[in-house]
Amino acid sequence: MAYGLGLLNGLRITATRVFKTYVGDFKHLGRRYNDKLFMERQSVKGSGIFTVQYPEEKLPVPENFRFIPFLVYEPALDADGKPVIDPKTGKEAIGKQKCTACGICAKVCPPQCIWIVRATTPEGKPKPQPAEFYIDIDVCMNCGLCAEFCPFDSIKMDHDYELSNYERHVSHIYDINVLSKPAAYHAKIHPTDWAHEEEERKAKEAKKKA
Amino acid sequence: MAVNAPVVPETQLNLNDPQVVAEQIKTQHPDAVESVSAQGIVVKNDKLLDVARYLRDSLAFDYLNNVTSVDWQDRFEVVYNLTSMDRGGAPITLKVNAARDNPSVPSLVPVYRGADFQEREVYDLMGIRFAGHPNLRRILLWDGFEGYPLRKDYKEPYYEEEKKPFGSRWDQGYHVIAEDRNPWHDNVQYPANFDAVAYKPPRDHIQPISVEEATASRIHTDKIVLNVGPQHPSTHGVLRLRVTLEGEVVRGVEPILGYLHRNHDKIGERNTYLGNMPFTDRLDYFSSMANNLAYALAVEKLMGVKPPERAEYIRVIMAELTRWQNHAIALGFIYNDLGAFYTPLIYAMEERELVLDLFEATSGSRMMCNYMRFGGVARDVTDDFIEKCKYLVDERLPRRTDELEAYMVGNELFHARAKNVGILPRDLAINYSTAGPVLRASGVKYDIRRAEPYSIYDRFDFDIPTGTVGDLYDRFVVRVAEMRQSLKILKQALAQIPAGEIQTGKKNYQVRVPKGEAYGRAENPKGELGFYVVSDGTPNPYRYHVRGPSFINLTALNDMCVGYKIADMVVILGSIDIVMGEVDR
Repeated sequence: MAYGLGLLNGLRITATRVFKTYVGDFKHLGRRYNDKLFMERQSVKGSGIFTVQYPEEKLPVPENFRFIPFLVYEPALDADGKPVIDPKTGKEAIGKQKCTACGICAKVCPPQCIWIVRATTPEGKPKPQPAEFYIDIDVCMNCGLCAEFCPFDSIKMDHDYELSNYERHVSHIYDINVLSKPAAYHAKIHPTDWAHEEEERKAKEAKKKA
Repeated sequence: MAVNAPVVPETQLNLNDPQVVAEQIKTQHPDAVESVSAQGIVVKNDKLLDVARYLRDSLAFDYLNNVTSVDWQDRFEVVYNLTSMDRGGAPITLKVNAARDNPSVPSLVPVYRGADFQEREVYDLMGIRFAGHPNLRRILLWDGFEGYPLRKDYKEPYYEEEKKPFGSRWDQGYHVIAEDRNPWHDNVQYPANFDAVAYKPPRDHIQPISVEEATASRIHTDKIVLNVGPQHPSTHGVLRLRVTLEGEVVRGVEPILGYLHRNHDKIGERNTYLGNMPFTDRLDYFSSMANNLAYALAVEKLMGVKPPERAEYIRVIMAELTRWQNHAIALGFIYNDLGAFYTPLIYAMEERELVLDLFEATSGSRMMCNYMRFGGVARDVTDDFIEKCKYLVDERLPRRTDELEAYMVGNELFHARAKNVGILPRDLAINYSTAGPVLRASGVKYDIRRAEPYSIYDRFDFDIPTGTVGDLYDRFVVRVAEMRQSLKILKQALAQIPAGEIQTGKKNYQVRVPKGEAYGRAENPKGELGFYVVSDGTPNPYRYHVRGPSFINLTALNDMCVGYKIADMVVILGSIDIVMGEVDR
């Protein structure tokens, strides 16, 4: 090959790239942040411009995505069967924690960032529910082992990854109030998992009845 | 370091069997072998060098895979793994005992130069002296460090308990910030009578060249010692290179490591077996799936379990996707080091993002995958995954590989910079224990996927690309060729993947690992990643050691750089493709 052809070929590829980028830009003109087009652009079949203008554009996270765990609770229900909203927190009031304080998540946690205090009855006998539950999110490595091995489906991995704040000692230690999230939230972010759990729960109940 | 023709014909003896090897050693050195078992050959301390020479020259064990040590409380044991590049097969294990007080073992650097950094690491972390080592100084920790952290009696800062899980977590687990328990000023342990003001670090190894040497050439040049890094864009992380320069020509390079050291080995010994899995992600963070696989292989070797078919295929698919994206990035970074800032790198990134999307959808994380389990994988892949993966493998990734090759390999400026630069001859590459593309670029046809097939790699049809000269250009081209071979494997794996289970037995968070020791290894994108695991039957490994390919490949950096210009040194370092998470561990 003649000297310089490889170089020119490289420039041709770069020029094609530049051209493709503008094609994409014109295609998306005026509706750049359109979700459907955006997902098409980011998919395996997308071409042209590939960068994401965070935070104006955000890539949706897949269902399996894992970030800092949370605790699933059943909300308290009013007479109509609707969840009661706690006026203090603005969240659904905690009816029953799914967590039984068995401690498997604390044992399996590789960096040991989970602390659990088991509740006791007034007589001092252990009760199957947590009195306190802490996760030090500075230490948490988002490995997801706690959620994977929880036998009661009560600890799940969250999708919320924007957690920056101005201080690291108090607010980075999540206690049971911060960690608890309603079952509806879990159902929303993990639809497949949730359907699977419901199926298992129903099968179990049917078995009990029989 | 030419390898002599084997004295014993290979067909006659099975040299992968320690018994046979021990018999051979006895014929030459009758009193050198202390005992032989499936776990390895124990050699007398003072005969080690003779035995190693014999093994290298007569039995063609020309490659030192791994050097590590075990603290057995009453004695130390130094463990060597040796293989033959031509024969392949599993490595044999050589062991030497050293006394508890003032332990010392002959250095193997005169026989295997790849032992250099590894012996320094053992000295640094375990405190075993290597008699005859040319530069026996601490390598990962600083020179004034007190104690030897891998010894069983060492307690690190923030020490809580011997083993995880810690008792304070449940069921009265009130949170304590670790720093409150151990205030900042107590975080570092100093030797007795240590005076921080008067302290002077020991002399550095590389001596500035003499005046006669410097003025011998026609043009008068100055000799200087230059520190590149630890904060420098071309060092790929916090690596410091102490470079001796004569004018613009490199006369010596000494990598100074440890800025990212976190004692992965010790963390591993505190952890449960499963708890180590996410920590292996953080070694070579570009290829966490492959790290997971290597670690799972090592522990599965001990446990004696095999994953089901589907899981094996998923593992191979993940490992090969990892190799593709790792090489794409590596090539982009080499161009970065050449001065083509970021454009080629960003082109390489695009398809990598799509591969990481697949990882994220399956494992839950783009880079810290934590995906493999002992005897299986964490989650099944969906049909959507297979479909997307097929499209990538059939259409996009080959197209991108072609494009990368067209504008990177074809470029004449690249030829001018890369051809005949940073040559590592075949003999040296083997003797330095380099691995992966660096080794293969020097013309050694050695790939663990072929030499000692793990998982299901023996089912696939693929070639091992090799270079001829062992220069920068070869290391680049070998990576491109490996990307193509990965795609070839992926195509076969995706076509053959069966339905079925993804986990052997019940998923368990405290796996039972029988007593024993194993050296599990896998061909990572960067080279041979080995895990040496010793189990004493408890839920935590007794000894856990990582053979990091980037770390050991760095041993050869000095020889590759001497005589070339300083601008070449940056690219040569890039062509080793180091990741500091693995180098410093």
